[in-house]
Amino acid sequence: MTTGLFLIVLLGVAAVAPFLRKYLKHQAGWVYAIWPFAGFLYYLSLLPAINDGVIITETFTWLPVLGIDFSFYVDGFSVLFSLLVLGIGAFIMVYAGYYMRPYPMKGRFLGYLLLFMTAMQGIVVSGNLITMFVFWELTSISSYLLIGYYHEKPEARASALQALLITGFGGLALLGGFVLLAIPYGSYELSYILSKPEIIQGSNLYLPAFILIAIGAFTKSAQFPFHFWLPGAMTAPSPVSAYLHSATMVKAGVFLLARLNPVLGGTELWSYTLTIVGVTTMFTGAWLSITQVDLKRILAYTTVSALGTLVLLIGTGTEYAINAAIIFLLVHALYKGTLFMMAGNIEKKTGTRDLSQLGGVFKYMPFAAIIMSLALVSMAGVPPMLGFLGKELIYEASVAAPKAYGFILILGFLTNVILVFLSLRLAIGIFWGKEPSYTKTPAEPNLALMLGPFFLVLASFVLGLFPSTMANPLTSKAIMAISPGNDAIILKLWHGFNLVLGLSVLTLLSGYLVFRYQNNIIPAIDRINIKYFRREFTRLFFSMIDSFLILTKLKTKTLQHGYHRFYLMTLFVIASILVWVMIWRADPIILELNFSEMPLNLIAVVVLIIAASLSSVISNSRVIALISMGVIGFGITIIFIAYSGVDLAITMIMVETLMIILAMAVVYHLPKYQNFSSTGARMRDGLVATLVGAFFMVLVIQAGTSDLEAPISEYFKEASYSLAYGRNIVNVILVDFRALDTLGEITVISIAALGIYAMIKLGKKQ
Amino acid sequence: MLFLLAILIGVLYGSAVYLLLRRNIFKLILGLIFLGHATNLLLFVAGGLTSGKPAFIRGLQDEAIGMSDPLPQALILTAIVIGLGVTAFALTLVYRFYKVTKTVDFDELSENE
Repeated sequence: MTTGLFLIVLLGVAAVAPFLRKYLKHQAGWVYAIWPFAGFLYYLSLLPAINDGVIITETFTWLPVLGIDFSFYVDGFSVLFSLLVLGIGAFIMVYAGYYMRPYPMKGRFLGYLLLFMTAMQGIVVSGNLITMFVFWELTSISSYLLIGYYHEKPEARASALQALLITGFGGLALLGGFVLLAIPYGSYELSYILSKPEIIQGSNLYLPAFILIAIGAFTKSAQFPFHFWLPGAMTAPSPVSAYLHSATMVKAGVFLLARLNPVLGGTELWSYTLTIVGVTTMFTGAWLSITQVDLKRILAYTTVSALGTLVLLIGTGTEYAINAAIIFLLVHALYKGTLFMMAGNIEKKTGTRDLSQLGGVFKYMPFAAIIMSLALVSMAGVPPMLGFLGKELIYEASVAAPKAYGFILILGFLTNVILVFLSLRLAIGIFWGKEPSYTKTPAEPNLALMLGPFFLVLASFVLGLFPSTMANPLTSKAIMAISPGNDAIILKLWHGFNLVLGLSVLTLLSGYLVFRYQNNIIPAIDRINIKYFRREFTRLFFSMIDSFLILTKLKTKTLQHGYHRFYLMTLFVIASILVWVMIWRADPIILELNFSEMPLNLIAVVVLIIAASLSSVISNSRVIALISMGVIGFGITIIFIAYSGVDLAITMIMVETLMIILAMAVVYHLPKYQNFSSTGARMRDGLVATLVGAFFMVLVIQAGTSDLEAPISEYFKEASYSLAYGRNIVNVILVDFRALDTLGEITVISIAALGIYAMIKLGKKQ
Repeated sequence: MLFLLAILIGVLYGSAVYLLLRRNIFKLILGLIFLGHATNLLLFVAGGLTSGKPAFIRGLQDEAIGMSDPLPQALILTAIVIGLGVTAFALTLVYRFYKVTKTVDFDELSENE
């Protein structure tokens, strides 16, 4: 019960957060952090049991008929992610509580942030695909609210919309993928699906399910070519960026891929798609970050690169790769959370986050500088930080990859060189170097702003220093959960002189060299980018949206043209085509023509009606139209009499008389017929009319010659006299058996009469 | 006779469709009236053609055999009356329409909007 209950309470805290802020004043961040922190402690306390192999499942019935339940599935992987989401979340709440002080609607902001946290936490503990999808969409919606928080800025609104459209599109694809995945299983339960991967792998639904799920994961995790929404999302306030980039949102896609690795993974399609997309994203992100000058934008591109690395590792799928993926996930969450919070601090204290406007900050905030530099050391992969272990494992995985992915090793190496260079550039560029004139004197950030960065860096440091005692218990079950059959590797800070260590040293050296000659290298790369990669994805995206809108308008104009006769024509043509197809495919009708059954007088009547009908169509005179109307009406009356419809005939005579008088009265006021349509239009309409008329003809013959079920009117025949004491069965049906229908009919007539009266009166007054 | 009536109903439907596709609003109403007639006849024919045996009973044995089916007739009767209401309303609407817009052309109406 705890997992579900915890989520409900978290959601409740999110709901009341905006209202409580008034009373909590500036302590709100600390107070709201209590709940995620409590959750963090709870999942930490679960760790020993989880490491003994326990998996916690809970189910709350939702739609049992469809097999959809709110169910939860907590294994080692869920616990690792929960610790990240809630642990970093608690620090983010404290940080945001202080950071957002100068801005309006702080209470609402904190509420959104808690909602975002709930959504992410929900994803990582979901035990049912539909449950996961609900939380997945909740992260898209809450991130939209957070990214667009500075809603008075047009670029914030554009970024928020872009993020929502891309992740929302991915979400739709994901839902389709989940449904397809669940079909062969007949269940949405994760525990069942995870236990039987062979069912989907042997099904021909594997390919479409994989494609749709991959689109969902790739859009969420900003994989190439969907990567551009993430740098755009850095228009959000820093607490959001710190959270979104480290533990939530973008990690949801990685989480999903890792979670489904035991089910969907292991195939050629899976490993090729993931490695190619991952490696492209990894290098693109790193490459694009070189020429940026905005601190947050640089960090955003390195996140893209890191996400690419994670997808690549999951796709590679070897023991080393999966180990590297989990460790790197932890490494990245810790340093990226720190760096974004620090970026916010630097902007707050110096008034800028433009790298060219920063320098010499160390002497104003030495403590902050040390913390941030340590996080950068982790990003560069230098011992003793955990980042070193992450990078070592990635190299290990690339070297040991079963297929000779030479280019992965090369691109991975280049990416790491860029990361080393960026770390040096940020650390030295911000804290040392020439000091520009600041608008305000920078000062050390206070406790609330530094708490998160400090503890995250400390965690990275301790985990890196004592990997086998501290990091292994955290990650070993997570590794086994997403890749059954593979074991967790015992982590060591030092594992001898080998190729991997050599690569590490070479990376650091090359990174330093790039930094040393950056004044030559950056402009050169800038030139390459301008020459070959001018196409901006964001602009491309919005021009796509624009052309989509134009297309929609065109479609609306074509289909919703406002001409009643073309609506009707569409209806008639499509209906008759469908019916003609049916007729063509049906058995031929055998019709016996028996002329003795055709009394001459009736033949005459029918011919007369046909003639009247055609003349009213062709004629240009209103009087002829009225006369034809009469002929048709009274002709039908004769047919009714001939075939035992006495009551029908009586009614028809009265109604027809009334109708003609009414029509005459109206026609009297109307102008003569004018020639509105061209001959072409008449021919076209004539063709449509013939199509429709002919299929009705076939329909009548079909209906008249088919053997019907026994009529249900036997009861009326029997009961008409014995129960209702009426001899005329039609009358009895109308006033007795179906009396309520008749009452309804009378009501219709009365309302019509009232309407007519009102319309005529209205005309008189004017 | 079925064949002949089938042709009749087909012609009535065809005329109704053709009239419904006109631009003149009065012809539209005319088409509506024809559509009603055609549908009533369709129901009538589908219910089976029985000549000279209306659905009356006197309480005798076996008199119901071969009698015309009263149920479709009851339905058609309702339809005729409702049809009258609808047509009368539509005709008055046309009258008002012309009084207000001074045109009977549908296209002019959509352009004026």
